[in-house]
Amino acid sequence: MDFQLSDEQKLLRDSVRTFTKQRSPLSRFRKVRDHVGSRGAGWDAAVWREMGELGWLSLPFPEAAGGFGGSLVDVGLLLENFGATLVPEPYLASVVVAGIALLRAGTAEQHARWLAPMIDGQTSLALAHAERAHRFDVRPRATTASRRGETWTVRGTKHYVANGERADVLIVSAAHGDLPVLFAVPRDHAAVRIEGVRTLDGLGAATVAIEGEIAEEHRLSGGDATVALERAHDAGAAMAVAEGVGICQAVLELTTSHLRSREQFGVAIGTFQALQHRAVEMFVEVELLRSMSVLASIRADDDDDDVRRPAVSAAKAKLATGGRFVTQQAIQLHGGIGITDEHDVGLYFKRMHALGLMFGDEEHHVRRFVASPGFTAGL
Amino acid sequence: MDLSFSSDDLRFRDEVRAWLADAMPPDLRAKADIDAHFEMDEVMRWHRILHAKGWVAPHWPTEFGGPGLSPTQRFILTEALELAGTPSLSPFGLSMVGPAIMQFGTPEQQERFLPAILSGDQVWCQGYSEPGAGSDLAAVRTTARDDGDAFVLDGQKTWTTYAQYADWIFCLVRTDASVKKQAGISFVLVDMRSPGVEARPMLTIGHTPAFCDTFFEGVRVPKTNVVGPLHGGWTVAKALLGHERTLIAAVGQSQRAIRRVKRIAAAHDLLDDPSWAGRIARLEIELQALQMANYRALAGAALGHAPGPESSILKLRGSEIFQRVFELAMDVMGPDALAWFNQPGVVSELEQTVASTYCYNRATTIYGGSSEIQKNIIAKLILGLPGV
Repeated sequence: MDFQLSDEQKLLRDSVRTFTKQRSPLSRFRKVRDHVGSRGAGWDAAVWREMGELGWLSLPFPEAAGGFGGSLVDVGLLLENFGATLVPEPYLASVVVAGIALLRAGTAEQHARWLAPMIDGQTSLALAHAERAHRFDVRPRATTASRRGETWTVRGTKHYVANGERADVLIVSAAHGDLPVLFAVPRDHAAVRIEGVRTLDGLGAATVAIEGEIAEEHRLSGGDATVALERAHDAGAAMAVAEGVGICQAVLELTTSHLRSREQFGVAIGTFQALQHRAVEMFVEVELLRSMSVLASIRADDDDDDVRRPAVSAAKAKLATGGRFVTQQAIQLHGGIGITDEHDVGLYFKRMHALGLMFGDEEHHVRRFVASPGFTAGL
Repeated sequence: MDLSFSSDDLRFRDEVRAWLADAMPPDLRAKADIDAHFEMDEVMRWHRILHAKGWVAPHWPTEFGGPGLSPTQRFILTEALELAGTPSLSPFGLSMVGPAIMQFGTPEQQERFLPAILSGDQVWCQGYSEPGAGSDLAAVRTTARDDGDAFVLDGQKTWTTYAQYADWIFCLVRTDASVKKQAGISFVLVDMRSPGVEARPMLTIGHTPAFCDTFFEGVRVPKTNVVGPLHGGWTVAKALLGHERTLIAAVGQSQRAIRRVKRIAAAHDLLDDPSWAGRIARLEIELQALQMANYRALAGAALGHAPGPESSILKLRGSEIFQRVFELAMDVMGPDALAWFNQPGVVSELEQTVASTYCYNRATTIYGGSSEIQKNIIAKLILGLPGV
């Protein structure tokens, strides 16, 4: 058992911290958020390219696919620090989720065509998967695909596609009979229509309507799409927990600093025991979530379903409850100012709620935890 | 980062499991299978079995008779014992006064007490709380009057768990009433057979005779029984409370108790019900988070690091979860939870002690520094919030 970071991991963490402090403080998120909605605004393509040059966009991919050969522990370190200042670039959506789906389902040639430019920071990706009627199911159902020769006909609508408005290439899931298939579809493809929406966290997403013919060469044909979708979602869930830890830590610091400086009744309100104990409850939840984040980061890479699924689901369920608790209490302890859009605590609160929903909410993951064989083993 | 054990550690785990399969007497194993309550003589029998193997005090240094295990092996051993449902040993000697004597005691005290604690020849209890000194422990009023080569003790200790079985008690007593309250306290060891000592058991709300009131009337205690500096007992007490706090995270016990909840739920045909299964799973997830925090604390300790922020939450959350597990067990039992304690034939064997433990477990958030005291400490020392 070893919870120490390697020297490389410490270097990565330090360079990410320097970057967030100097280049992407929270004020940048606010600025970006206020300009979401028109293509070209929102997150910064130049910053994305810089992340590509730093090698950050290659972290979870093996060297054979042009990657760094790192682990989700490395990615988690990065995202935890991104969470602390709400870095708006679509790392989670593009690198972790769409990237891992493409990695697992695509051929080497397809990796070279669609993954490599993203790793370089030239393009970004999005996984167009969620269907309104099917909540958090990793199996596509309402979007269908049928094949005739080298041509597929795909029909359906995908909702809340994170980074969908900006992505150069969409990874689209569809049901081919009982089995899922994945397509890599450029944004200007005749079969897709992209309509921007904003999500609760203030970031941009899209509703993606697919209607028309897609050539076989766009179907990801290098791996099992069922596995690719599950692994992409598990990685997304685990990395959402990592981002959530960064958010929680930032919110706890904001709150304790407020408690030390805000005066009422002639004293700092942090002297009041009722408020102190509420802050301690926040701290406890942050430490528990941090502990679960370590578990999820390590286990999300595990090929054994019975090891990976319950660990990721436990951590994601904990994010939903713990993260929500911490950010809600932060607002309570800030008082009225916490309700204003002007104050930063609300930015964290909304991003946390969004993370709690992405890749499955508490109920979804509790059910998945129950369904794993370990739940009833050895009774 | 790595969550797996080394091959050496895995070999050690196999060794522990194989030994357990052999060494646990059939009657104790039968009780463990239904999570029955172990009586004090059974606990001490198991103490001696572990002692014979050299594993009774995995956390003791080798110079005092500890087995010289690595922190990870200690953890593996403790977890295996807890998961097998072996009796929990009395902590007062092994985990509380023992380490205090190692840290603060004279060589003579170490030689006199440590081997006897290790072998189980001496059973210990704790004399801290008094009717007027609970969370405000420094308010102790039991006096120790200087009388030549001895102190003479007068006063009353309370919540002295299992004092009725104890050979010795360690006490906080007031040796100087003229100074600020923390400054006048000493840490003394008292033979329970001394004239003037009387332990009166009282029933807990779980109807177990766990607690006693212990009275001291003119009890002579040799001055050589003071541990640490005279009037310096507060330092000893604080160090010892630190031991107690990490001790009662009770992760392994809660894990075993959750398994028991699942077994009871299965017997009531509730485990396939998504609502009940969900409730159990939510609690298990909370426990898993605590377990991971515990692992982080242990891994830090293995590297010789001072306890990090994660360790301060172990007692606070561990005690709450242990309560919640038994609360859930009561809920799963449904109408059967109405039955009075331990009536054979009324509820199933597996459910026999649930109600009693549920009731008694309200103590876990009170003893060893109540949750509110823990929160005061975290607020001040970790979050840096101002005092009043």
